[in-house]
Amino acid sequence: MQATAKDTAELRLGSLEELEKLRGELRAAEDPNQTRIIVCHGTGCIANGSAGVTEALKAALAAAGEDIEVMPGIKTTGCHGFCSRGPLVIIKPKNIFYQQVKPGDAEEIVQKTIKAGEMVERLLYEHPQTGEKIETTEDIPFYAGQERVVLANIGQIDPTKIEDALRAGAYAGAAKALTNMEPKEVIEAVINSGLRGRGGAGFPTGIKWNLAAKHEGGQKYVLCNADEGDPGAFMDRSVMEGDPHAVVEGMIIGGYAIGADTGYVYVRAEYPLAIKHLEKALEDAKALGLLGENILGSGFNFDIRINRGAGAFVCGEETALMRSVEGKVGEPVPRPPYPSDKGLFGKPSVLNNVETWANVSRILDKGADWFAGLGTEKSKGTKVFALVGKVNNVGLVEVPMGIKLRDIVMEIGGGVPGSDHFKAVQTGGPSGGCLPWEDAELPVDFDSLIAAGSMMGSGGMIVMDERDCMVDVAKYFLGFLEEESCGKCFPCRLGVPRLRETLKRFSKGEGTVQDIDDLYSMAEAIKAGSLCALGGTAPNAVLSTLRYFRDEYEAHILEHRCPAGVCKDLITYSIDPEACTGCRACARACPQDAITGEKKKPHSIDESLCIRCGMCMESCKFGAVQVQ
Amino acid sequence: MAQTAIDIDIDEIIERYPGKPEYLIFLLQDIQAAFNYISSEALTLVCDHTGVPESQAYAVATFYNSFSLEPKGENLIHVCLGTACHLKGSGLIAENLMVNCLGACALAPVAVVNGEYQPKVTSPKLMKTVQKLGDE
Repeated sequence: MQATAKDTAELRLGSLEELEKLRGELRAAEDPNQTRIIVCHGTGCIANGSAGVTEALKAALAAAGEDIEVMPGIKTTGCHGFCSRGPLVIIKPKNIFYQQVKPGDAEEIVQKTIKAGEMVERLLYEHPQTGEKIETTEDIPFYAGQERVVLANIGQIDPTKIEDALRAGAYAGAAKALTNMEPKEVIEAVINSGLRGRGGAGFPTGIKWNLAAKHEGGQKYVLCNADEGDPGAFMDRSVMEGDPHAVVEGMIIGGYAIGADTGYVYVRAEYPLAIKHLEKALEDAKALGLLGENILGSGFNFDIRINRGAGAFVCGEETALMRSVEGKVGEPVPRPPYPSDKGLFGKPSVLNNVETWANVSRILDKGADWFAGLGTEKSKGTKVFALVGKVNNVGLVEVPMGIKLRDIVMEIGGGVPGSDHFKAVQTGGPSGGCLPWEDAELPVDFDSLIAAGSMMGSGGMIVMDERDCMVDVAKYFLGFLEEESCGKCFPCRLGVPRLRETLKRFSKGEGTVQDIDDLYSMAEAIKAGSLCALGGTAPNAVLSTLRYFRDEYEAHILEHRCPAGVCKDLITYSIDPEACTGCRACARACPQDAITGEKKKPHSIDESLCIRCGMCMESCKFGAVQVQ
Repeated sequence: MAQTAIDIDIDEIIERYPGKPEYLIFLLQDIQAAFNYISSEALTLVCDHTGVPESQAYAVATFYNSFSLEPKGENLIHVCLGTACHLKGSGLIAENLMVNCLGACALAPVAVVNGEYQPKVTSPKLMKTVQKLGDE
């Protein structure tokens, strides 16, 4: 009998054997060689209109009638990662890759590609340097350089259908752990894999679990940090949206390993789709007996609850998160005691990041040795990065630890638009630092990044070019941290604003070299005295930009000049009379009425009225507005 | 909103969760979503239900960014101030108008107008959207 979605709705799996039997049936029911259409429904593509593309494709298929060989229905998936090229349409089995697809393209895709097996050239990816059209996903440099372990299923499965997840191998690891392994052996496997936390600090996961497991009996908890507050990071969002079962499975394994019967997922409220898909995953897993009482007949009970964030970056900090789950203000607490001894509700707790949990599922499925074979000696496995900023291929990438920074940005990322190098790459979010072009050969792993003055962080990787001002970047991060500081400890509460004030003065061309020396001593005090890593790492942005871009700071202070043309008080906007057509688009956009001129003749900006808002530059279609 | 409507709706919300302190934030979130703000009457009802002292509940309500103790406007516009968006000029857009990171960095700069995502938004485009909303 072939298992269908309706059948799984009535099943309750009572053993590993039953799970594998179902998996076999589901796999047999789908022919991998059959043509099928996949449309990306990750948040990025949805914002770019992929839902409309799906509807158009459905209509085109219906209109095309009976005589085409294609899997009925369009598979909508989570984020494929190549967000800057969405909406994305992939056609299996060849993995034909169409980008920036519009609803109006649907007819042609069905008639030309599905029916006749021909390419729609204009929708194919074009290599930015060679101009060559590339037909399949595997050949696109963005994907070719990646090693997709955590992201393996995302883009292949419909995240709202547990049948798809099962086909892809979901819960094989959990079933193995619960049925054939002792909790101690599960912890050993995670230790041997070398997995280090993917949330930012990189603490060895298995060792953290051991610390909680050593408490005999009693209530314990596992938690998933899905707060993902670093600006520029969306790895966890994509995992939860695109493969929520990976996280659920990981937590079941973790709960079993340490002896916890309850798990909490703390998701930031700004991720409604992730929450929706997670809720569906929990519902489906429960219905199949993969969650809840006596999972797969093992005798192990485990349930998961979802808590939403309420807009506080500091709640991404382990102890602050736990306070928030308890219904309290998100203020960190001193350690010791560590959460593994006294965590949520005062009980031994293990908190791990979304990506860490997803890795746990893979490790129990494929084995610790397999995982330890990826990456470097001290940084095993892969890392998912959100590659954003001034880079051609903006999106989500997963690479083996130890890959060179240059390979990520220039190969997978397709390089920097209009330039043959990057000015800096920021990693680790507000807690991290900037790496200059001189560090392009740096292997990207936990320890190398720290040695270079930055850190891995959660995976945000922001590429900057010559139009980005490093003083402005440091000021931006400090502004963010000042806003998000919980206010409990004064090194952070008072120190971070002081740092920011100094940078604000620099950005106005004020300040002295003495101020720079003062920054260093303030930084030491803030690092030493802060209660949590928000304050503890706050000085990193300043320290790392000073380390590599001191000349830029000095240009601001000593020459009253912003070389990148960003800091408002140090720049002037002007109109190039050669390029200006007198169309008055800028004059209409100017909120200060600072632009004047006769119709169809070159206009000019009154500097005394100009507030440097940049709206004139944005409205000019002729590139006539310039910044100095 | 009529006073009676608030009384009826809020009781339904309160009853969704057990009367324990750990449900404080759940309740505040649901009330914020239903009424666009948390009134002092609502806060009192929540405290009665959960047993959390009003001073503590007030601390929670003022600590988290997503709670507002004053009614918000009818049309909500969020401009992402995340790093990627900042580098693409979102700070200027926000200044020209006025969230934390929305996690949609590839579409920088991103704004959300009444729940609809606007990718690669520009100040002129957003101003037009705001004007249209004002006309409605």
